[in-house]
Amino acid sequence: MTGALVIFFALAALAVVGSVSLILQREPIHSALSLIVVMVALAGLYLLMGAEFVAAVQIIVYGGAIMVLFVFVIMLLNAGEEERTNFSKLATFAGIPLALAVTGFIAAAIAHSSASLPAPEPSGALTSTKTLSMLLFSDFVYPFELTSFLILVAILGAIVLAQREN
Amino acid sequence: MSLLTQYAFLIVPIVKVAVLILIVLTVDAYLTWIERKVVAHIQSRWGPHRVGPHGLLQPLADGVKFIFKEDPLPANVDKVAYFLAPFLALMLALTSLAVIPFGPDIPVLGHRLTLSVADVNISLLVLFSITALAVYGVALAGWASNNKYSLLGGLRSSAQMISYELALTLSVVGVLLVAGSFSLREIIEHQANGHLGLLGWNIFGFTKDGVGFTQIIGFFCFYIAAIAETNRVPFDLPEAESELVAGFHTEYASMKFAMFFIAEYTSMITISCLATILFFGGWLSPFPASWTLTHYVPSLLLIPLGLWVIFDGLRYENIFGRIVLPGVGVVLAAIGAGLIVFPAVNDAIQGVFWFLTKVFTFLFIYVWMRGTLPRFRYDQLMSFGWKFLLPVSIANVVLTSAVVLWRMH
Repeated sequence: MTGALVIFFALAALAVVGSVSLILQREPIHSALSLIVVMVALAGLYLLMGAEFVAAVQIIVYGGAIMVLFVFVIMLLNAGEEERTNFSKLATFAGIPLALAVTGFIAAAIAHSSASLPAPEPSGALTSTKTLSMLLFSDFVYPFELTSFLILVAILGAIVLAQREN
Repeated sequence: MSLLTQYAFLIVPIVKVAVLILIVLTVDAYLTWIERKVVAHIQSRWGPHRVGPHGLLQPLADGVKFIFKEDPLPANVDKVAYFLAPFLALMLALTSLAVIPFGPDIPVLGHRLTLSVADVNISLLVLFSITALAVYGVALAGWASNNKYSLLGGLRSSAQMISYELALTLSVVGVLLVAGSFSLREIIEHQANGHLGLLGWNIFGFTKDGVGFTQIIGFFCFYIAAIAETNRVPFDLPEAESELVAGFHTEYASMKFAMFFIAEYTSMITISCLATILFFGGWLSPFPASWTLTHYVPSLLLIPLGLWVIFDGLRYENIFGRIVLPGVGVVLAAIGAGLIVFPAVNDAIQGVFWFLTKVFTFLFIYVWMRGTLPRFRYDQLMSFGWKFLLPVSIANVVLTSAVVLWRMH
């Protein structure tokens, strides 16, 4: 258990550091790289919970495909260093207290309910991918097909937008 | 001793990793030698033949050269990405080998030794996720170098890898449907059909009851896409010399350049292993299990090879070749003879022997193609990937699912 806990905290710290660095970096490509670190750390966390398929898909889809596209666009646009503006007054006087309050609420909620929250059970490691696909294609087949349809619409939309200029 | 057994779960993988990396780096080095020799002979040249007998020490000389070369840092590069890129490329290429099973379990001193570093049940997905990340090494290198040729090379490579990853992943779905598992080990075991031998492999796809569905379409899609993924001829546009100098690694020198080089050759090995496992039965022998005489094939190959190397060394001109080559030959012949004398050892290495034979065949095909085929044009590459390879691999998925469904009922 302690080993898993150590790995959990290491991955969690990696994710947090990556997220903070994502915001603080000035070069867009460094921000993109930080986001990749966050994605990989999240995949590690999924793996720790026994959700191997989700972990692998997290890396393939988010870490691989989507972030490659991000990096690709940044490289194509050759986006330079971001310019820093001064903090807006709204952000200083409303944003920071609000953020602290939300963090406090979440922390309090977690601390309050920690006894009643069931620990994530490592799902049957050998069958989890098979079970997941069985569920996707039997009980959840309509939501699944609807999502696919939505993505298809998005692809068609992208093609229409790209071809409008010709 | 108790401490050793207590931490065996930690020590065994570390030893495996060390051994694997040592072997893979050596194979990488000699792959460059094989490549130069084979391409040279295709083009009626001699290839490297000055350093050591038959140029066999050329990889060592190259290694030493890489280490001692000056490593200049170009002006205005993005330092983080510039240094990160080669490390990322090499690290991901080496990591992907961790999930490859190189043979069936081998009994060693009463324990069963698994011939893979990590035997996970989603090994194929792990491999694809590492492949998905491998784009970054090339893309970042191209972007960070602050050089327009590098940038173009990096962009081309990213676009190419994204495009062909789809076909690569889809071409494997057929095999997954047939085997019903993401585990490379189970995919291999599914192809074992005792009396059928090589007909049981996914490329032929015969099952025990004599009917089967071939995955040959899937294999061709997979292999073409895999060559594109590893940026090799005829898809080596990211480093098209005549247009882009050396592409994404133009600005890299010394060991950093060597790291890209090693990463490329390592991913060639990974892809060859994957092709072997998915379509050619992995460690399974091509002969039916009842033909026990075929267990002597390794010896039958090793002994003549050893004798030939001894003979070749004896007529070599310089004293070095006369000592080294016969030495190597004696070792090879002795291993071959030893396998006949110890049948238990012989049985244990059968799997590894067939696996390595198949992998080296694929590596040879890589080199063969490099010596034979011209390079694609960029638009040809893109339209081929999207308009031909992708539809064909989707068709293979539909066909295979139909057959699997039909067989179920």
